This record gives sequence, structure tokens and C-alpha cells, in this order.
Amino acid sequence: MTDAAALVEVIDVRKAFEAVEVLKGVSLRLDKGETLVVMGGSGSGKTVLLRLIDGLLHPDGGSIRLFGTAIERLSEDELLPLRRRLGYVFQGAALFDSLTVEENVAFPLAEHTSVGEREIRERVLRFLSLVGLQERVLPLLPSELSGGMRKRVGIARALIGQPDVLLFDEPTAGLDPTNSKLVGELISELGSEVCDTSIVVTHDLELTKTVADRVAVLIQGRFAALGRLDDVLSSRDADVQAFLSGEARQ
Amino acid sequence: MDTYLRRTAMWYGGVGLLTAQVLRSLALPPKYFRLVVVEIEVMGVRSLGVALTASIFTGMVFALQSAVNMARFGAENYVGPLVALAILRELGPVLTAILVGGKVASGITAELGSMKVTEQIDALRSLGVNHIKRLIVPRVLAALVVFPLLTTLADFLGVLGGMLVMFAERGADMYAYLNTTTYWVIPRDFLMGIGKSVFFGAIITLVGCYNGLDTEGGTEGLGRATTATVVHVTMGVIVSDFFLTKLFIILLWPAR
Repeated sequence: MTDAAALVEVIDVRKAFEAVEVLKGVSLRLDKGETLVVMGGSGSGKTVLLRLIDGLLHPDGGSIRLFGTAIERLSEDELLPLRRRLGYVFQGAALFDSLTVEENVAFPLAEHTSVGEREIRERVLRFLSLVGLQERVLPLLPSELSGGMRKRVGIARALIGQPDVLLFDEPTAGLDPTNSKLVGELISELGSEVCDTSIVVTHDLELTKTVADRVAVLIQGRFAALGRLDDVLSSRDADVQAFLSGEARQ
Repeated sequence: MDTYLRRTAMWYGGVGLLTAQVLRSLALPPKYFRLVVVEIEVMGVRSLGVALTASIFTGMVFALQSAVNMARFGAENYVGPLVALAILRELGPVLTAILVGGKVASGITAELGSMKVTEQIDALRSLGVNHIKRLIVPRVLAALVVFPLLTTLADFLGVLGGMLVMFAERGADMYAYLNTTTYWVIPRDFLMGIGKSVFFGAIITLVGCYNGLDTEGGTEGLGRATTATVVHVTMGVIVSDFFLTKLFIILLWPAR
């Protein structure tokens, strides 16, 4: 059964690398307007799940539907227009290191639209200001930015194409508590201003409490819990409680 | 042994698949032609010094060695055509490919490998960009222009170097030298070398790009990939040179 209203649907997806089975039959659905947080320890397969949803990896089994289209058999060229409807924020930001901040943020517009230079610059400034950055960062290279600023530029780059769904891979990893809090607030604000639907992959419980509508807990390749934030936090599943209390063994 | 054979088969298969992807993606959007021009500058203009220095000295030393030995048989008059044939058919294209190719391909591997390990290639893909069209095809097209041009310049300077040495060291008559050379050397000799350089350009960039895209294991893996590229390119040029020579002899001298 598939749901036509779901923007993202993952149905019994399995993925292994060599002999290691990372995902053992994972299913989820993301509807418009909701933020789903996928939690799990290091190496639990959270990032693999996100890369499968973006079509950067192909599943070994199961099906992934983006905006109603099954993507597991699509070629790279057929995936490209679907990917343009997703905004992917990488864990390390993955900014193009030979391009300035302005060129990085403008990249999707320069590649896919015929918008003029002045209009591109205005939009770049608008989206940078949305993530709390000022005009003075425009000529800087990624190597001249702090970790928190790189993350923000990565978010601005993902947002400027005005995607239907945002995918965040560990948005607070490597950030100090202040920056982690700011990024969490930023993700919450984006919901009302630019893109109201997102999947956030993280092991950060504070971030989860700030942004989540629903939460999935990935343990040993399967969802040990999937539901509303309060329901998951009060789950009686021993593995889920062990993970949430920081006592889980991966 | 099994692992080595499997890795080797996967490498050749991977380069073959990349070649097929490049052939399918040759139709570039107009804005990407700017990238081809940039690559021509990076590969060609910045490699001129290496290619031309190597070729002029190769021509000089080849003439010097040949003159001393051919004088023993009273054949010193034929040093001109000997040097020209060797340079045009073999030394010009092969030396240019090995020297410039090693430099260009290792640079490509380092750049693409660095992009791979920092997820920049995945970022391109996630932004809906065809990374083969944007990163690989412009480099291959640039190489198809750059290597024949560099080889032409290397040919000219190599022959000139031989002539200068014969004049300065052996007191050869320049007019007679040129006359003998142009009598024995025909345009097909030049075309053979240029034809090879086109294939060398494709091999060099495809190997450099594949090793870059295939980089794994962080900065340590990047170092390994870059070193492997220099070895792969050198071996690729030397081995393919035999088969290309055979091919061009069949194509250009069908009677032999």
C-alpha cells in the first residue's frame, strides 16, 4: 500500500555493505508539513537512510517513493529533477571549497535557472540573512568560516532552490552547545518561513525535542520506535529507553 | 591473488563504465563550454614549460647520440630524418603524454578525490547536477584539444633541437639537413603521432577522473589514489602506444 499524499515513503528498505546489513527492513512516511527526526547511535544507518531517500545510494530491497514516484530503479539522469525538489544539508556542509560563500549559495540558481545576476545576489542575501549570516561573508571561502557558519551556508544553499522537503544529516554534529541551539531554532523557524517538511537525522536529544513532530529510533537496522515525540520518549521498549538514556551499546 | 585479480577487473570495468557515461554525456549545455576553456588553460598553458623543455632536449640528445654512432657507418647525413621520424612518430606524443599526462592526471585525481572524500560530489548530485557532465566531460574534451596541440609544439621543438645540435656540434649544413629531413619525412608521420596524442589525452583524463571518483579512505586514500594515477597513466600510455602504433600503421600505410 502506498499513500499518494506522502511526500516521502520508505517501504521495507534493506541495505547492506559487503556482509554488513545496515538497514533490515525500514519503513516510514513523511507527510507535508511535518518534521520527522530519525535518531540512532553512530553507525546505526541514519545517514544511509537519508542517502537512500535522496537517491545517492540504491537500496538492496524494498521501495522508496519521492512525491509519488518510485526511485529505486531510476537512472541518475532520471533522479536529478526529483533531487531538485529536495534540499540536502550534509553533516560536514559539503560546501564547494573552491567557490566563495556567494557562489556556493547561488550555485543551484546558476545551474538550474536563467535568473539574472542581480536577482541571484538578492536571493543569496535573503537566504543568508534567513540563516543569520551577513553580507560580509559573501566573498569568503569555506575554509575561512567557522563550523557553525559552514553549516548555515550549507542550509542556505539547500534552501535557495525552495525545495519541498529538507533533509538534515546531523545538523548539530561538531558544534558547541550555543551553535547547536541556534541551528535547532533555525530548523524550527524554517518550518514557518520556507520549507515546512523535513527529515532530520541526529543523535542529539535536545535538537529532537526542539524540532520533532514525529520521531523514529533506529536500532540495529530497524525502527525500535516510530511515533509522536511524547509517545517515543515514554516508550517502554528497553532498547529505546537504553538509547534515550545514553546506555545503549551499538 | 584472487583479491588482486578482482580489484584489477573492477578497475578496468569502472574505467570502461565511466568512458560509456562520458560518451553518453558529450552533449553539454552551452554554459559548460566555459569549463572546457578553463580546463584547456589549466592543462595546456600551465604544462607548456614541461612539455617543451623535455622535447627540445630530447631532440638534442637524440641527434647527438645518433650522429656519433651513424658517423661510424658514413650515414651522418641521415640523422635529420632519423631524429624527425623518432620525434614525430614516437617521442613527441609519448613523452608529452607521460610528462604532461602524469602532472595533469594526478592533479585531476587529487581534485576529484578531495571532492569525493568531503562529499562535494554527493552535494553536486543532491543539487540535481549531472556530475559527469560538469566534472568529467569538460576535462576529457579539453584533453582532446590540449594533447594534440602540445604534441605539435613538442614535435617542432624536438626537430629544431636536433637540427641545432647538428649545426653547432657537428657542423652540419642546415639547408642539406632540412632537405634530407623533408625528403624522408611525410605528413603521415606527423599524423600518426597526433592521432596517438588524441587517444593518450582521453586515456589520461579518464584514468585521472576515475581514480579521483573512486577515492576512498580519507586523505590517506587520496594519497594512494594520486600515486596510483601516475603509475596507471604511465603504463597506460606505454602499453596503448604499441596497439595504437599498430592501428595507425594499418590505417595510414595499408600496403605494409
